[in-house]
Amino acid sequence: MSALLEVSGVSKTFDGFRAIDNLSFSINEPELRAIIGPNGAGKTTFMDLVTGKTRPDTGTIRYGELSRDLTRMSEAQIARAGIGRKFQKPTVFEDQSVDENLAMALRAARNPLTVLLRRPDTEAGVTEMAARVGLGGQLATKAGILSHGQKQWLEIGMLLAQEPRLLLVDEPAAGMTSAERERTTEMLVEAAKTHAVVVIEHDMEFVRRLNCRVTVLHEGRSLAEGSLDHVCADPRVIDVYLGRPESAEAADA
Amino acid sequence: MSMASSWHKYASPAEASRRRPLILRTDVLIFLAILALVTLGATLMAQSGLISTSFVKTLGKTLCLCLAALAMDLVWGYTGILSLGHFAFFGIGGYAIGMWLMWDRTEAIVQSTLARGPLPATDLQLQEAIGSQIFGVVGASDIPWIWTLAGSLPAQLAAAILVPGVIALVFGWLAFRSRVAGVYLSILTQAGTLALSLWLFQNDSGLRGNNGLSGLQNVPGLESVPQSTLSLWFLWASAVALGLAYLAAVWLVAGRFGSVLRGIRDDEARVRFLGYEVEHYKLAIFTVTAMVCGIAGALYYPQAGIVNPAEIAPIASIYLAVWVAIGGRGRLYGAVIGAAVVSLASSWFTGGGAPNVNLGIYTIRWTDWWLVLLGLSFVLVTLYAPKGLGGLVDLWTEHRARRRTGDLGPDQGALRAEEEQA
Repeated sequence: MSALLEVSGVSKTFDGFRAIDNLSFSINEPELRAIIGPNGAGKTTFMDLVTGKTRPDTGTIRYGELSRDLTRMSEAQIARAGIGRKFQKPTVFEDQSVDENLAMALRAARNPLTVLLRRPDTEAGVTEMAARVGLGGQLATKAGILSHGQKQWLEIGMLLAQEPRLLLVDEPAAGMTSAERERTTEMLVEAAKTHAVVVIEHDMEFVRRLNCRVTVLHEGRSLAEGSLDHVCADPRVIDVYLGRPESAEAADA
Repeated sequence: MSMASSWHKYASPAEASRRRPLILRTDVLIFLAILALVTLGATLMAQSGLISTSFVKTLGKTLCLCLAALAMDLVWGYTGILSLGHFAFFGIGGYAIGMWLMWDRTEAIVQSTLARGPLPATDLQLQEAIGSQIFGVVGASDIPWIWTLAGSLPAQLAAAILVPGVIALVFGWLAFRSRVAGVYLSILTQAGTLALSLWLFQNDSGLRGNNGLSGLQNVPGLESVPQSTLSLWFLWASAVALGLAYLAAVWLVAGRFGSVLRGIRDDEARVRFLGYEVEHYKLAIFTVTAMVCGIAGALYYPQAGIVNPAEIAPIASIYLAVWVAIGGRGRLYGAVIGAAVVSLASSWFTGGGAPNVNLGIYTIRWTDWWLVLLGLSFVLVTLYAPKGLGGLVDLWTEHRARRRTGDLGPDQGALRAEEEQA
């Protein structure tokens, strides 16, 4: 086990608001990690920084065996290096069918000329992935008319189809039924056996089921890290969550 | 690929059609058949005297405009880049071919005139005579550097394609690299178009200022061919170009490349997170469509006979967008329908074909009111029928599909069955 992603001393300020404040974070491969924290703790900004959507003011983000500096790479380069992201709100191409969405995500060459001229048969890969996320019968359906849960699944399928080494998953269980949640948990735990998986989640029950190391983020800083029970017993964490909806669950622990 | 054997796997005939080799797809076959019928019908009617040479030219020009609209649809309808400058590339194509047409013809005339003199003309005399013939109208006789290769047809043909390509490449690289998008990009393309047309309006641009290039209907070497025949040749050339471009466009937007283009239109950032370099795709489509517009212009202006800076004016590029919007963005035949319907209607209304409407106190002259009608239909289409005229095709296919398969029933959901078991 070696650190796949190494974030050190990263800060990011938006118009005077410190979204991320001297944050350090690292994850191994394979590992499952949950990031929890109240609204505005910087969870999504953290993902934006890792995926290249925003650039840090200070600090470094290094990735992989070669310790490549992600802050100097474009979003697309970072994605090709093996970092996949699932957004909080299901973000699929609504105007395109399920198979088109999956074919686009499937691991293959990305540069325009190759995509245009060499057209590898993606059918097998797409069919397999669609079956895996329970959309086998909806290959030709436009993603826009899928239910919310189905869109979540399609996006998870797209994430897996990319075959990333590091999966960044933002609130995967939002809007899912209990059976779907259970299956999402299984899927994430399964993926974490071979990959590095970071899950951002509000739902404590869901985090508990993931049964993994937890990082608590607060005001852009890492407040505590360890097992869920460990961080929930931390007085600073209790302080932060006091009076928030999560506090009840935190106190239960 | 043995696509034929796997048809049975797809639920609907539409799905099976989508997997067929591109050239055998129903919509492609219908398009090519209609194009062939129109061209063939026009040829027969022209030869039996039912339609005039000028109408044949109008048809040929319309096909060229359809070609430009097709390019516009690729760049705007599919990729979401609202370029308000693609008609400038069309004009550049026209200028490039016009330079050869004018030069070669003038050279022949000058040569035959000088040959009547007592002494054989020197090269210098020849150059001066050509210069004063072509540029006398702007009070010059020196031959500008742009005309260096004007005597060579291959060079000017290449220029008709490459000059738009290079301009689009440089412009696109600068704009897309700085992530200029949306309305800012539209404004930038519009500004570039305006700058080009203003430059062309100047007498010292080297392209005859506001006179433009004229007499382009006379093709050197083909003086013996009557215009009635030549117009048919151009009609066929335009039809072949449109047919081939349509096939190429269908091929381009099919498969993953097309998916990425539409993805960029709908959610550019998401495409980036999938690992695609959005800028490269935008640059590729912007440049290729600019070159297609160059080809369309090179075919159009010999049929129009004259190209001048007014043709490149910003409004022309806006018309191009209007055609595509009225025809239906994001579907290839939509752009063609839009360009054909609107430009033919335009020549009917402005050519005095439409009867004036006498309201007693006021007479509506369509030559004046056509633009109001066009503007109104643009607004109405944008508000109430975003799919444009092409949306009518949807209504028809949906109607047929419903008759064939019946109601699909309620949505079953991905995990509904498992949940019930749980």
